[in-house]
Amino acid sequence: MRLRPKAQSLRLWRHGFPGNLRPWPGRVGRTRDQTIFSAAAAMTEGLSVQGLSFHYGPKTALDAVSLDVAPGRFCALLGPNGAGKSTLVSLLTRLLVAPEGEISIAGHDLRTAPRKALAALGVVFQQPTLDLNLTVRQNLGYFAALHGLPRSEVPGRIDAALDRLDMRARADEKARALNGGHRRRMELARALLHDPKVLLLDEPTVGLDAAARAAITAHVHDLAEQGLCVLWTTHLTDEVRDSDALLVLHRGQILHSGVTGEIRGGTPLSDWFLAQTGATA
Amino acid sequence: MSGFWGVTRAIVGREFLRFIHQRERFIAALVRPLVWLLIFAAGFRAALGLSIIPPYQTYITYETYIVPGLCAMVLLFNGMQSSLSLVYDREMGSMRLLLTSPFPRWWLLFCRLFGSTAISILQVYAFLGIAALFGITLPTLGYIAVLPGLILGGLMLGALGLVLSSFISQLENFAGVMNFVIFPMFFLSSALYPLWKMAESSPLLRDICAFNPFTHVVELIRFLLYLQFNLHAFAWVVLSTVALTLLAVWGYDPARGLMKRKG
Repeated sequence: MRLRPKAQSLRLWRHGFPGNLRPWPGRVGRTRDQTIFSAAAAMTEGLSVQGLSFHYGPKTALDAVSLDVAPGRFCALLGPNGAGKSTLVSLLTRLLVAPEGEISIAGHDLRTAPRKALAALGVVFQQPTLDLNLTVRQNLGYFAALHGLPRSEVPGRIDAALDRLDMRARADEKARALNGGHRRRMELARALLHDPKVLLLDEPTVGLDAAARAAITAHVHDLAEQGLCVLWTTHLTDEVRDSDALLVLHRGQILHSGVTGEIRGGTPLSDWFLAQTGATA
Repeated sequence: MSGFWGVTRAIVGREFLRFIHQRERFIAALVRPLVWLLIFAAGFRAALGLSIIPPYQTYITYETYIVPGLCAMVLLFNGMQSSLSLVYDREMGSMRLLLTSPFPRWWLLFCRLFGSTAISILQVYAFLGIAALFGITLPTLGYIAVLPGLILGGLMLGALGLVLSSFISQLENFAGVMNFVIFPMFFLSSALYPLWKMAESSPLLRDICAFNPFTHVVELIRFLLYLQFNLHAFAWVVLSTVALTLLAVWGYDPARGLMKRKG
C-alpha cells in the first residue's frame, strides 16, 4: 500500500510552509522539535487535558489524568489493555462526560463550547464506523453533512481527501467491497475532511496487516510534521518513533511522559514498556 | 442554519437509503397489516358485532374498523425497527459518528426521529393504497387529513423507540421488547376492539387500554380519517410525545454515560 507523500497530505493553511516549519502566534519558523509538551500551545491550538477522572461505579477508570499535546506533535498514548485508553477517547469525543477535569480542543473547552471543540476534532475510532451499504463517497458526504460543511464545498473536499490517501479510484465502490486497510484509509480521509486541528486515533491499526499498519502510521506521522496535533492511542510499541511524544497510561494514571527516545534510554521500547506495566507489548 | 438543514437532510436521507436497501423490511411492513386486515379481520367479522360509535355514522364492517389500528401498528413496528437500528448502530460503532457531530445531540436525535417517522408514513400510505385495492376505502379527504395524526403518532412511537434503544444494552435483548412493549401496547388498545367492548369483559382492562398512549394514537388517526378531531386523543398523544422525547434526550445525555455500555 502506498500513501501520498507528505507534501500532499494537508491542504489550505497548512500548505505553504516548507517542511516542518510553520508560523505560530508570537513566533515564526518554529521547528517541531522545539515544542514537546508546550502547555500554552496545547491550550490554544492543540489538545489539553487537566485533572480528568472518571469512574464506572466504584471502579476508577481514569485518575486525575493531565496531558498537553501541542500542534505539530505526534503523541503516542501507550497503554496495555484495560489501561483506560478507550475511556479517555470517549471523554475526548464527548461520548462520555467526566464529572471532574477539563478538556480543551484547539482552545475550546469541551464542556462549555462542545460544538466548537468537536468541530476542531478529527477522530478515527478503534471500532469501524462506516456504513458498509453506502459508497465511499456517500460515507464521506454523510460525515461532511454531520459536520455542517457547506454543500458546495463537499465534492471538492471529498476528492481532495481521497486523493490524499490514494483512494479516489475507489470513491464509488461500496465500503463493503473494501479490504480492512482501505477501510481504515477511508476513515482517516473522513477524519480529515473538515480540516481538524486535532486528530485523535484510537488504536487505528487493529486488525490490519503489517504493510497497512506501517503505511497508516507513517502517513499520520507526516500529518503531524505538517502541523496537525495528533494523539495516537496504541498498545503496540513498534508504532512509536523515538522523536514522538510519549504518554504511558497504566491503570488509569499517566505513568510517564516525555520524548520516547529520552525516556526509554537504551532499552528497546517494548522491553521498557513491559517493565513499566508488566504487560506484553 | 444551513448546517442544521444539511445535517437533517443527511440523517433522513441515510434512513431512507437504509430502508431502500432493506427491501424485506418494506415487504414485511406491508404484509403484516395486510394479514391482519385480510385474514384476521375476515375471520372475526362475524364474531365481533360493532355498534355505531364516533366517528362512524353508520354500521361498519370489522375490516373498516381495524384500518386505523393497523395504520398505528405500522407506526409502532417502525418505531421499534428504528430502535433496533439504533441499538445495531451502537453495537456496530456508527452511532459514535453521529454522536460526535458538533451539532446538538437533541437535534441529531430529532433528525433520526423525523427520518423514521417519514418512512413510517410512507408505509402507512402504501398500506392504505393496497387496502383500497381490496375495496376498503375511506373518505377521500381523510387520506390527507390523517397526515398530521400520522406525523404526531410516528414521532411519539419513534420517541418510544429512542427511549428503548437508550436502555437496551445489547441487540440480543431486543426480543424482550417484542414481548413486553409491542404486543401489550397493541393488544391493550382500541386497535382491534373498541373500549366499550373491552369494558364488557373487564373494566380494569378497559382502564389500562384507556391509559395506553397507543390507544390515543389509534383514535387520533381514526377520527382524522373521518375528518373529525379528537381533542382528548390529540392532547394525550402530544403529552406522551413530549414526555418520551425528553426521556430520550435524557437517555442519550453523555453525562449519563450511554457509551459506558460499549457504544
